[in-house]
Amino acid sequence: MQSRMIERAKQLLADGTVNRVIGWKKGEFAYDITPAVFESAEEIDKDFVYDDFCGHNLSKYLIKESRKEGKLLAFLKPCDTYSFNQLIKEHRIIRENVYIIGIACDGKADAEKIKAKGISGITGISSDDDTFTVKTIYDDEKISKSEVLEERCTVCKSRKHAVYDELIGDEGEVNENSGRFDMVTKLENMTADERYTFWRNELSKCIRCNACRNVCPACSCENCVFDNPNSGIAQKSAATSFEENMFHIIRAFHVAGRCTDCGECSRVCPQNIPLHLLNRKFIKDINELYGEYQAGVEDEGRTPLTSYTKDDCEPSIVNERGCK
Amino acid sequence: MYKISVEKLDDLFKKASESRTIYLPVDKENGAKFEKWSEGKKLSNALNTVRSAKDFIFPQTENLADFRISGKNIEVRDAHEELEDFVIFGMRACDARSFEILDKVFLAEPVDTYYKNRREHGVLVTIACTKPSETCFCQTFGIDPTKPEGDVSAWICDGEMYFESNTEKGKTFIESISALLEESGSEAVEKQQSETKEILAKLPLKDVKTDAFGGDKLNELFNSPKWAELSESCLGCGTCTFVCPTCQCYDIRDFDCGKEIKRFRCWDSCMYSDFTRMAHGNSRNSQLERFRQRFMHKLVYFPANNDGQFGCVGCGRCLSKCPISMNIVKVMKTLEG
Repeated sequence: MQSRMIERAKQLLADGTVNRVIGWKKGEFAYDITPAVFESAEEIDKDFVYDDFCGHNLSKYLIKESRKEGKLLAFLKPCDTYSFNQLIKEHRIIRENVYIIGIACDGKADAEKIKAKGISGITGISSDDDTFTVKTIYDDEKISKSEVLEERCTVCKSRKHAVYDELIGDEGEVNENSGRFDMVTKLENMTADERYTFWRNELSKCIRCNACRNVCPACSCENCVFDNPNSGIAQKSAATSFEENMFHIIRAFHVAGRCTDCGECSRVCPQNIPLHLLNRKFIKDINELYGEYQAGVEDEGRTPLTSYTKDDCEPSIVNERGCK
Repeated sequence: MYKISVEKLDDLFKKASESRTIYLPVDKENGAKFEKWSEGKKLSNALNTVRSAKDFIFPQTENLADFRISGKNIEVRDAHEELEDFVIFGMRACDARSFEILDKVFLAEPVDTYYKNRREHGVLVTIACTKPSETCFCQTFGIDPTKPEGDVSAWICDGEMYFESNTEKGKTFIESISALLEESGSEAVEKQQSETKEILAKLPLKDVKTDAFGGDKLNELFNSPKWAELSESCLGCGTCTFVCPTCQCYDIRDFDCGKEIKRFRCWDSCMYSDFTRMAHGNSRNSQLERFRQRFMHKLVYFPANNDGQFGCVGCGRCLSKCPISMNIVKVMKTLEG
């Protein structure tokens, strides 16, 4: 896969179709990969990588990159293409400045899960089919890939790209039975007190680093309300537990109907707060109250929360549904 | 040197907590975290805590004063008085060194009395590392993880915990628990130290060097064209600064609670768009400038002002936690390369 991507990237640079390539750059220990823009075949040969640790969603970078001179080649995994389409719909990416190669993905690994197995001193990781061989300064370890997949990949909603100019690898299918709402259902079945305890326990870990917001493709405001010193809201720390909750709840409301469930918020959280559950609750509610809807499938048209119909649910739905 | 059986650590914590609050790293679902000791809490074997020990002396948010208004009276409540004596039991060598770095900032004139107050109330008990990780590079900054600094150094070998005090405060602490300890030779500790040193020599980051950095390299590093590629994918979040044991920038704000004002200080991050924003606006308007600030501070400005000491301890937290895996090691290697 990686060699086909490199070959194609170099062709497109050479024939002038694009003048830059956004992809992933090698790190120090196999798993610490950084998104990067490559401008030449030499740079690509030296550092370009595509493997089980290239989980970063590159779509948000295209807001900035598509405004630069020339056309850019972007390698997008299936779930990244939903974010891309959603950003096109919101007029945030200049479509004609991006050439998309859709790349197949069978799930990305979470380095923290590998480390949580007590594996330390990692110097390299190689993979074949279902197994990782982790080289360390202690003993080499073998682990099954499925045990260390990122949460979002264990409930992958689609291996089918929502958009591309060309494809490398086989196109997959949308998975209607991913089970991604199972945890949301579990939370819904809790009593209000249990649910409150669950979220206080999670949100009290927040250190207000803003990584979830900054990585989120749906959080693309030029200036966030939380960065406005005159907003009366403490931005760098939660002054009270109320503020601790509100930052995440306001953010979830703001991305409701636009969140594609790419899962970047939970991937980047240094405190491992399952932030995606807030967004999935909104997605599940939209599905139930307005009909099935997946943000990012289309790059134009009206959406459940931005169009009015007489059949829309009333605010009283909150009381009607009740609370355990 | 003194020792106690690891099995008897509960007795030690019980005894020590008679006069002080004991904090120790305990295993949580997502890594180790410092918590107040109470019956049943076990010392974690994890290499390090997710958040650094900085929280104890420089918490993320700290009340400085409360102003309560009733009628024509304003009552001012000073937060200095709230503190009790505490022990941080089980810090690592990197975090211990970070306290020395923070001391240079907060204990220099004008002394930060809030910090000084916390610092004076705390006793640091450090534990030697035996299984360093690939992200560790404390050796780069002259730290010996087999002989960690702090008021008391400790080693866990073969079911025993060994102690050696390094300061008066440490000596007093050891005396307070001496009924539980027995005197011991240091052979087991020395054996462990030499075994750990063999591992340290194999660490992938053992060759990260500071030669290309320091207070005298200001212009050449500041003007390096490489900052553009280094900062290009930076998200501008504050993760690196908030998990860092030496990042020390803060902001002071008033929180309006209606009939009361809480004046608090909180960590700030040079990665944020309103960092050091003043009446005229902001002096660093691009992420490149903000990103450069963080590393120039640790590798150039801090040593320039502090006899060559760098503002990093090689704990590796930013290496594990940065969402895009950009970090000080990559910055150092790229700038010198």
